[in-house]
Amino acid sequence: MTKQMFRTVSSVLAMSVSVLAGQALAKSDITIAMQLEPPHLDPTSAAAQAIDSVVYTNVFEGLTRFMGDGSVVPGLAEMWEISDDGTVYTFTLRDGVTFHDGTTMDAEDVKFSLDRATAEDSANAQKALFAGIETVEVVDPLTVKVTLSEPNGSFLFNMAWGDAVIVAPESIDGIKTNPVGTGAFAFGEWVQGDSITLNRNPNYWGNEPALETATFKFISDPTAAFAAMMAEDVDAFDNFPAPENLPQFEADPRFKVLVGSTEGETILSTNNKQPPFDDIRVRQALAHAIDRQAIIDGAMFGYGTPIGSHFAPHNPAYVDLTGNSAYDLEKAKALLAEAGFADGFETTLHLPPPSYARRGGEIIAAQLAEIGITAEIINVEWAQWLESVFNGKDFGLTIVSHTEPMDIGIYARPEYYFQYESTDFQTLMATLNSTTAPEERAKILGEAQRLIANDYVNGYLFQLAKLGVAKAGVQGLWENAPTAAIDLTAISWNE
Amino acid sequence: MSRNLVLGACLSSLVLLAALVSFVWTPYNYAALNIPDKLQSPNTQHWFGTDHFGRDIFSMIMVGARTSIAVALVAVGIGMALGVPLGLAAAARKGSWLDEVIMRGNDLVFAFPSLVIAILITAVFGAGAVNAIIAIGIFNIPVFARITRGAALSLWEREFILAARVAGKGAARISIEHILPNVANLLIVQGTIQFSLGILAEAGLSYVGLGAQPPTPSWGRMLADAQTMVSFAPHLALIPGFAIIVTVLGLNLLGDGLRDWLDPRIRVARV
Repeated sequence: MTKQMFRTVSSVLAMSVSVLAGQALAKSDITIAMQLEPPHLDPTSAAAQAIDSVVYTNVFEGLTRFMGDGSVVPGLAEMWEISDDGTVYTFTLRDGVTFHDGTTMDAEDVKFSLDRATAEDSANAQKALFAGIETVEVVDPLTVKVTLSEPNGSFLFNMAWGDAVIVAPESIDGIKTNPVGTGAFAFGEWVQGDSITLNRNPNYWGNEPALETATFKFISDPTAAFAAMMAEDVDAFDNFPAPENLPQFEADPRFKVLVGSTEGETILSTNNKQPPFDDIRVRQALAHAIDRQAIIDGAMFGYGTPIGSHFAPHNPAYVDLTGNSAYDLEKAKALLAEAGFADGFETTLHLPPPSYARRGGEIIAAQLAEIGITAEIINVEWAQWLESVFNGKDFGLTIVSHTEPMDIGIYARPEYYFQYESTDFQTLMATLNSTTAPEERAKILGEAQRLIANDYVNGYLFQLAKLGVAKAGVQGLWENAPTAAIDLTAISWNE
Repeated sequence: MSRNLVLGACLSSLVLLAALVSFVWTPYNYAALNIPDKLQSPNTQHWFGTDHFGRDIFSMIMVGARTSIAVALVAVGIGMALGVPLGLAAAARKGSWLDEVIMRGNDLVFAFPSLVIAILITAVFGAGAVNAIIAIGIFNIPVFARITRGAALSLWEREFILAARVAGKGAARISIEHILPNVANLLIVQGTIQFSLGILAEAGLSYVGLGAQPPTPSWGRMLADAQTMVSFAPHLALIPGFAIIVTVLGLNLLGDGLRDWLDPRIRVARV
């Protein structure tokens, strides 16, 4: 009897406590909309940014991680030691970290993850991140020793990427549909074509996040995105697809607009091996025929920063080279005439779906027409773009935003779709990889920016802006996007 | 002449006039971008305002009329050129295997939703005005084949055809010399209706991005581009929408009017 009564009293107490807690705490769930649905949920085997947006730091964590300001801080590795010659990294892992399925995260898991990424048959989309890794040794359960073939100044940065997160051998088979990581949120449910739900991980090693559940909703149509936001069906939109609608959100006290920077260098990619683009004078003429500000105003409604090379303006090593390819029609015409195309020529302009490409493409086609170049617009879907442009290299011009952070290294890959081949640049990248001192690195990066700008490899347009929209009460959303991520651990409600 | 006929003829010729004039004159270059002047409401300089690239909408509507009419005209032409002979042949050999093959083939094309065929064709062969014409043309074929066969069948029972046969004329000659002139009225009326449907289909295809490609203006794409801007620049959607309404309404009224005017029974009643 007393036992029974005790039980009743305690359950009543528990109830009132939870009611009180419910009143004291703000809303603990959030619905965040994104434009693209991820193809699956394994960040270590696909390049799709949407995967990282959902799982990066939420479900999966790496040895190091990016913060919202782009800095790299310790993740699952509490600290590390770097040998004097810069080739051996000894990581000390956090104690007591478990995966969502209850298994512990230890040095074996780190070895498994890195070996998997460097393996011959690795499906990792960013193999270059792991290229220098020679061996990964387990010293004890909480210590891992990574030996590099040569010093790599960006190794800790590389380990922060979504492609380098730590996965467990026990749950690797189901990772694409049921990802099991160490993060503050565990995978809940995926309603294909609609949404993915994540739930708070009660056994998380770090600070408890303010949110209990988070739902990612996929809305690809810009009109539907506007309607969903206005009707308050979603609490935030990660990167709003229609920049023209932002002034309306700004004017509405229910919402706030977060305009930040992304790592997306938006460029007029040029097939450097296809005549007449193999002639540097033709590429230079293209560069001078483009009026960047008109594209930013016309396609992005003013959101975006002009760039003159393949480098993000917010990076400390950035060099402003926009003057190198200033809008100058006379010069462009003269260069074309010099190259033997006084009457212009015909080419193709492949445009993937985002509005920066479709609208920007219409503007660029009109601008190229001014110097006699007829660019036939071919609108393509992403799958078609990947097949014919990216893999097939069957294009003249295309517009795309390269959203990976610090990706100037792609210019050292002659087989990459725009097919730029320069031994000078390849040497420069090799030097960069073996340099660790920050000032030295910045100098080399500056040279690299100048080299591709002077070679007019591609038409450099603008740095894509991140256009976040959220209800006024949502706090902690990343304003900038140093990598594709929606970091739920920082988000809370203030109402 | 009925009021419908006059009104329909007026609206249709207005659109036709705009399209024809656009060959020699438009207020502005329809493809010229002028981004600082973007999103203007209708005013004295730009009668229909400007779009998100600062292009003059009046000029775009005029050239868009050209695109619509060209696509619909050629598409109806394809439908007539192929559908009418098929219908005549099927009627001349009524009940034969030829009749069966033609009519079941027609049923097959008819059973497909027309816009789906169009999307299929443009998806396989690429988007563009030419493929849109072919796509719309194909689903016009069975319409004309059926209407021709239906009308021709009853004519084949008439005495004057019998007389022609007695005179030794072959089926092909009878079809051309006697049947075709007698179904022409019907074909003109149906052609007008199909023309308006062709304009709608072209607008639909351009709306989903499968019609004429930029920078060629097309009403359907203007609507699609306006979609996200309706809330602050409604004229972007209203103007091309209104252009489509005027054209389709005009052609439908014209078709109705022509039917009344050309129908001998009604003509007799009127007299």
